[in-house]
Amino acid sequence: MAKEVTLTIDGKSVTVPAGTLVVDAAKRIGIDIPVFCYHPKMEPVGMCRMCLVEIGRPVIDRATGQVVLDESGKTKMQFGPKLETSCTTPVSEGMAVVTNSAKAVDGRREIIEFILTSHPLDCPICDKGGECPLQNLTMAHGPGESRFLIDEKMKLAKHVPLGELIILDRERCIQCARCVRFQSDIAGDPVIAFNHRGRALEIVTHSEPGFDSYFSGNTTDICPVGALTTADFRFGARPWEQKPAASLCSHCPVGCNMTYNVRREAASGGKLVIKRAMPRQNEQVNEIWMCDKGRFAYHYAESSERLSKPLVRKGGELVEVEWDEALNAAAEGLRGAGQVLALAGGRLPNEDLFALGKLGKPVLYTHHGGGDLVAQVGLGPDSNLGDLGKGSVILVIASDLHEEAPIWWLRLKAAAKRGAHLIVAGARPTRLEEYAAQVIRYRYGEEIAVLHPFLDGSDADFANAENVVIFYGNEGLDLAGSSALAQACAELLVQTNHTGRANNGLVGVWANANAQGAWELGFRPSADLAAELAEAGAVYIAAADPAGDDPALAAALDKARFVVVQELFLTETAARAAVVLPVQANLEREGTYVSGERRVQRFYPVIYPPEGTRPDFEIIAQVGALIDVPVEGRAVSLLFTKLAAELKPFNGLTYQALAQRVEQWPQVGRADLYYGGTSYDNKLGLGVQLPAAGWQGGAAEQSRIAAVPQLGEQEVWLVPVTRLYDNGQTVKHSKLLDQRRAVPTLSLHPDTAAKLGLEVGARVTVDDAALAVVLDATVPASVGLVPRSTGVPSSAPRAVKLHRVAETAR
Amino acid sequence: MLKGLFVTLKELIGKPVTVSYPEEKRPVRSRFKGRHTLKRYDNGLEKCIGCALCAAACPADAIFVESAENTDEERYSPGERYASTYEINFLRCIFCGFCEDACPTEAIVLGDTYELSYTDRATAIYPKELLLEPVPDGVETTPQQTPPGMFTRSVPEMKDPTD
Repeated sequence: MAKEVTLTIDGKSVTVPAGTLVVDAAKRIGIDIPVFCYHPKMEPVGMCRMCLVEIGRPVIDRATGQVVLDESGKTKMQFGPKLETSCTTPVSEGMAVVTNSAKAVDGRREIIEFILTSHPLDCPICDKGGECPLQNLTMAHGPGESRFLIDEKMKLAKHVPLGELIILDRERCIQCARCVRFQSDIAGDPVIAFNHRGRALEIVTHSEPGFDSYFSGNTTDICPVGALTTADFRFGARPWEQKPAASLCSHCPVGCNMTYNVRREAASGGKLVIKRAMPRQNEQVNEIWMCDKGRFAYHYAESSERLSKPLVRKGGELVEVEWDEALNAAAEGLRGAGQVLALAGGRLPNEDLFALGKLGKPVLYTHHGGGDLVAQVGLGPDSNLGDLGKGSVILVIASDLHEEAPIWWLRLKAAAKRGAHLIVAGARPTRLEEYAAQVIRYRYGEEIAVLHPFLDGSDADFANAENVVIFYGNEGLDLAGSSALAQACAELLVQTNHTGRANNGLVGVWANANAQGAWELGFRPSADLAAELAEAGAVYIAAADPAGDDPALAAALDKARFVVVQELFLTETAARAAVVLPVQANLEREGTYVSGERRVQRFYPVIYPPEGTRPDFEIIAQVGALIDVPVEGRAVSLLFTKLAAELKPFNGLTYQALAQRVEQWPQVGRADLYYGGTSYDNKLGLGVQLPAAGWQGGAAEQSRIAAVPQLGEQEVWLVPVTRLYDNGQTVKHSKLLDQRRAVPTLSLHPDTAAKLGLEVGARVTVDDAALAVVLDATVPASVGLVPRSTGVPSSAPRAVKLHRVAETAR
Repeated sequence: MLKGLFVTLKELIGKPVTVSYPEEKRPVRSRFKGRHTLKRYDNGLEKCIGCALCAAACPADAIFVESAENTDEERYSPGERYASTYEINFLRCIFCGFCEDACPTEAIVLGDTYELSYTDRATAIYPKELLLEPVPDGVETTPQQTPPGMFTRSVPEMKDPTD
């Protein structure tokens, strides 16, 4: 327990831990000291001088060390001759802070007047207007009139793109450095900086492409003025015209809480559309941050390519039909078909998975195994990556978290800064290694050996750790390999007794938002999906595109007897189906996801679904009714109640409990915009973490990691790697991200390339996909890295022969 | 009774108080508030910058504004922002003039037109094209192509802010 300090602020007594800053102590008792540059998530700098207050300290007799009393017997206080910045001053015992004296009020008024000397008066067109801390604090503390001459205002550039995502208005910047500090201290991407000095100070980006950071959107949230705006929202709507709608990000297993701002739009014929996406505070999940993928990739829901009518194959062609006909056609095919394979992708919500599981054998479409073990020894209730610090060991293996789950990356980086012992094991360098206490480099195929020193206790940090969390990915591993890695990690945790407690456990870095939920619900990947698809009596696919990922699976689907697909878009898989049923995106309906940290969280409807679409669970129930398989299809809440009653980890959970919330600190995004961040207050639930099932002896099937075979002439070991901005169905429709999207490349070590006789820009073909060669000294020898979702089947690493494309053939 | 009849006779030969509307129309008072117009600058650019403060001020929620960004190739108004959609629902409008007060660029002005009639609800919603005043003679209509760096300010600097 930290030492407590008692002080008085405006006559009110408050007791806070030692080291708390005066400004935070005041906020605890409801006194708002205005700030611009201070942000509770970042170290104070005292740049804006807005938080000036009078601070008095008790006079201490130097000889005796005792507090000096005045004539009346009260403690003698000594106030500083000048005002002090409350954001940089830690509390001390007996301190007296006065925030409302004439001197303090004067000080603040003058600072506002000074900040406004060169701030343009363009609130009417400013995107921050209406939710602007500068606007609010000027109204509350400003002089109302300036003594400075309006003609001497600086006239600066108003449209300075810092990259294509973030746009700077130089005039509006008040030089608080929140964005610069966020990028260097929190995001670890110091790609923007101050240039020049004094009034000429400006924010510049020095990366190529501009503002090259996965967290750049957060700077627009914490900017206390309208200097930084996103290209997505620019002039989109005024803040007061929009309605906030709570949701979850569906792009990665972190499960960031989000708020979408919606408004009716004339250009869309009066439809409700999403104007912007912003984080919603959940200190246990995403704090107040989110990555740019979550912020900008929501446009898929409004794509014109969305399916809105059911399709049925008639005479070889998919034809639009009415719902009744399509449902009957689906039921017709499923009836008496024998074994039905219910194949689901990891972005399907829990309730739909539960319903789908009733129709047939539940199979999860993934190449990343081990989720059953995460259900046994995963993180349990009260786990919070934000609590990991000294005494905790975090091991990240076979995963590039910066690309796969940026907010986990951010939080692990912060944990390492707090003193957690971060171990990063990878076959190639990743961004997280900069912050790691220990870096382990292995060769692809030798992942398990990495864990041996931890198991036999020869690693002192690991042996003495109070908490251990292991994040495992599937880079360079196939399904069996990642299952084996999960098994090894789980056994390590069990044998070192790091299970069944908060902040201890295994985390899978899945590709999808609800992959963990699918595992918890009993969905398991198939060891030989192609064979199962080809042999099943009927295949029912929801939210998965196996045919688009891998030609082998496409061929298997062609052989399948009867295929029903529920999809948003006409994917390769849907194009091979007998019946295609259009579904609603998660933005258009409610449901729950289980995050990688095993937190069950609710999402809510944000926009109206396109006419003709239905939610997955409803379709499944309607098909079920026709083939005499009773499935609840009336409401998500009813499904969740059934699911909670039937499945052990969910026992005792109620749909309502997921919406419960507790007071969170720091308080951001409230109506008073105190800290100025426009991150939203969480009013619709923090979610509940599932209890871990406990160790049951591991996976049913023993699997092992296949060693990299001897490579032949002109061959490389092709390893699929994840890039954040991929070409997935729910990402590729966002035009804004086009310039940063993963492109078909093959990254080779310069030596490997030289050996193969390839140079930068040379084009090679792998399985009919053309790849441009990129040289990267961090790639291991004889290995070629190819980004996922760029046309090369990426279910497993393999040896491939490279065929050079002749220059003339281009 | 004679007195009453006298008044009748006097009014019979005097100037009538009624006018034969619609052939004849009474001039409106100087502070009359009729149908709105969106004003233009002399160079043809729209004064409206799409800030939606009129919509915020409107007690009847009669105004709907959407904005977009100007470029020098396609400029509607000075500065960065212009109204891409501007609609007033005259069935809702109560002609209070708050929009005029809220406007930072004096773009919206309640004019003299009071002859507003509609055959259905949709025609009561006036889009921007109907609300905008015509461009002055010899000036190109919006969008205009303008030299770069010339129209960078949205809100004009008022000579006398108390006005």
